[in-house]
Amino acid sequence: MTSPPSLGSLARLQMARDLRLALRRGGEWLQPLLFFLVITTLFPLTFDPQLSRLRDVAPAALWVSALLSSLLALELLFRDDAQDGTLEQMAVSGAPLAWLLLAKTAVHWLLTGVPLVLVAPVVAGALGAPYATIPALLAPLVLGSITLSLIGAIGAALTLGLRRGGVLLGLLTLPLTVPVMIFGARASALAIAGQPFVGPMYLLGAVAALALALAPIAVAAAVRINVE
Amino acid sequence: MNLLEARQVHLWRGEIHVLRGVSLSVAAGQCLQLTGPNGAGKSTLLRVLCGLLPAADGQILWRDADCTRDASPLQRECAYLGHLSGHKGELSALENLAYLCGLRRRCSEAELDAALQAVGLHGGAQRRPLRQLSAGQQRRVALARVILQQTPLWLLDEPIANLDVQGQELFNGLLAGHLASGGLALIATHQPLAVAEASLLRLELAA
Amino acid sequence: MTWLWFNKLASPPHFYRIAGRWIPWLAWPAALLGIIGVVWGLAVAPGDYQQGEGYRIIYVHAPSAWLSTFTYTAMAVTAAIGLIWRMNVAHAVSASCATLGASFTFVALATGSLWGKPMWGTWWEWDPRLTSELLLLFLYLGYLGLRGAIEEQSRSDRVCALLAIVGVVNVPIIYYSVEWWNSLHQAPSVMKFGKSSMPASMLTPLLIMFASGTLFAAALVLVRARGEVLRRERAGNWIAAAIGANATASGREGE
Repeated sequence: MTSPPSLGSLARLQMARDLRLALRRGGEWLQPLLFFLVITTLFPLTFDPQLSRLRDVAPAALWVSALLSSLLALELLFRDDAQDGTLEQMAVSGAPLAWLLLAKTAVHWLLTGVPLVLVAPVVAGALGAPYATIPALLAPLVLGSITLSLIGAIGAALTLGLRRGGVLLGLLTLPLTVPVMIFGARASALAIAGQPFVGPMYLLGAVAALALALAPIAVAAAVRINVE
Repeated sequence: MNLLEARQVHLWRGEIHVLRGVSLSVAAGQCLQLTGPNGAGKSTLLRVLCGLLPAADGQILWRDADCTRDASPLQRECAYLGHLSGHKGELSALENLAYLCGLRRRCSEAELDAALQAVGLHGGAQRRPLRQLSAGQQRRVALARVILQQTPLWLLDEPIANLDVQGQELFNGLLAGHLASGGLALIATHQPLAVAEASLLRLELAA
Repeated sequence: MTWLWFNKLASPPHFYRIAGRWIPWLAWPAALLGIIGVVWGLAVAPGDYQQGEGYRIIYVHAPSAWLSTFTYTAMAVTAAIGLIWRMNVAHAVSASCATLGASFTFVALATGSLWGKPMWGTWWEWDPRLTSELLLLFLYLGYLGLRGAIEEQSRSDRVCALLAIVGVVNVPIIYYSVEWWNSLHQAPSVMKFGKSSMPASMLTPLLIMFASGTLFAAALVLVRARGEVLRRERAGNWIAAAIGANATASGREGE
């Protein structure tokens, strides 16, 4: 009996496969990003196109759009793997399921959160944020998008077995994201105003750390139940 | 020595008492054939044994260690082939196998190639997206996965369902080799298994 | 000794019987305290210096708000017990808490809104207490939605148990974040009736209502849980005997 694979090699294996799969499916992984752009465009259309006024609503627009586009991508996180039996094989492999699912969530973040963070400066500028303050916007979004992926994974795992789980997934996940949204939007608002935002960043970091520690356990437990 | 034992395993699915005190014991080199009508619980029993379904009552022992609550010692030494293959259509046979086996141990390219050759998949077919292969070929890839995992215990649910005569002969050969090297297998199937009577056990589940 | 009692409670027929005994001991004191509290609070206690008579709705609002959180916690704790010890009865109790808790949350929101109208002039303000209650209501509704969506009982129980546990971990964080957010924006907050700043003549009926509400909630949960246990165990052969025994025992109250 050879020794079981290390955590590092398992993570690499899982992430490589998921990334390869996402890229094989063509441009599908870009859709949440496009969704993000479309929703943020709705804000000037439904509010006020003047940049000086848009500036006030920019943090909210950024964060709400980020949340919604993250939610959209969540459906796909586990559904395919549940339907073709991959989750089953993961559960039966004897490898730590929580770790494998964390690797999957990391890929979700890489494909959804990271592009969003990279595009956010452009969007923020379009929503009236002063250009000098834009770099400061990135840090809250990085932490926040990681946490949103983690919390969303819990919702996705819980609603795995359902045929039309989409709306329920959103309903379950959104209240749980309130702390991230409050701290994150506040940090972004302070950043746009050119003020120090260390306080909310600490709070964001705390929530992110908690999510990183606890979410994979909940996700694994939910997947095991739904894979029966 | 009995490697796998189940004692009085019970399971309810909703209100239906699917497994009613099922007991079995299988030693190295033995093959247990599970038979019974649809809905009798053959698939359910296999899933309980590999830890996917928690048993409501009873015990499951692997190498004399209790695996009822924590099935990981058994899971590490078992290959499960159920109704779902765990394959991705967009990935090739090589890539699918590399992933599924990589979950358990490092597999070299040569090993993957050899396993696929053994089930009749050569060269180009190994690299095409799996969805371009026929159902029979995809089943063979699943069998290759079972062999590659190099585990003593095989839990197979209707393994030869989509296979032609050649495929079934292939499977019989693989099974014989597995049993000869000290492995054991539990197979849910109605088709006759080409296993020596001395090594063949049968368990019939009633509906 | 406690362990024995705990294990006994896990058996559905025992739970059915024991819960049935407890209910009168919870319900009657709840009713008594409730009457005292309502009369005292609504009629006897003095009017508030700032808010006049309108503050009296606190005697319904504050206990409802407390119960909405308490019930969620109870739901999560029984869910955890059900998951860890695989007790069907615990899952039944947990499920019984859900609709009840959602109702309390709704009452808290409604009374909060009614309170707000004379105080702020609007039916709604983004006050931290009301906002937290609203988010709690969403948590409850999500839970109920998930319960209804999964058909198989065992899976529904365990998945919802996970949701309840995840929720209960989040509830303090959500409350804290809403308070934090509110302190930044200094929105009006009428609910700031610090218990320590209330004179005894106002505080005592409030505490009585808290006690009454808690007993009432416990009694209601047990009533629902008994019904839930009956429904889940309807194939069991203890049912006929238990219901028959109940019918004859109801003539002797508080047995």
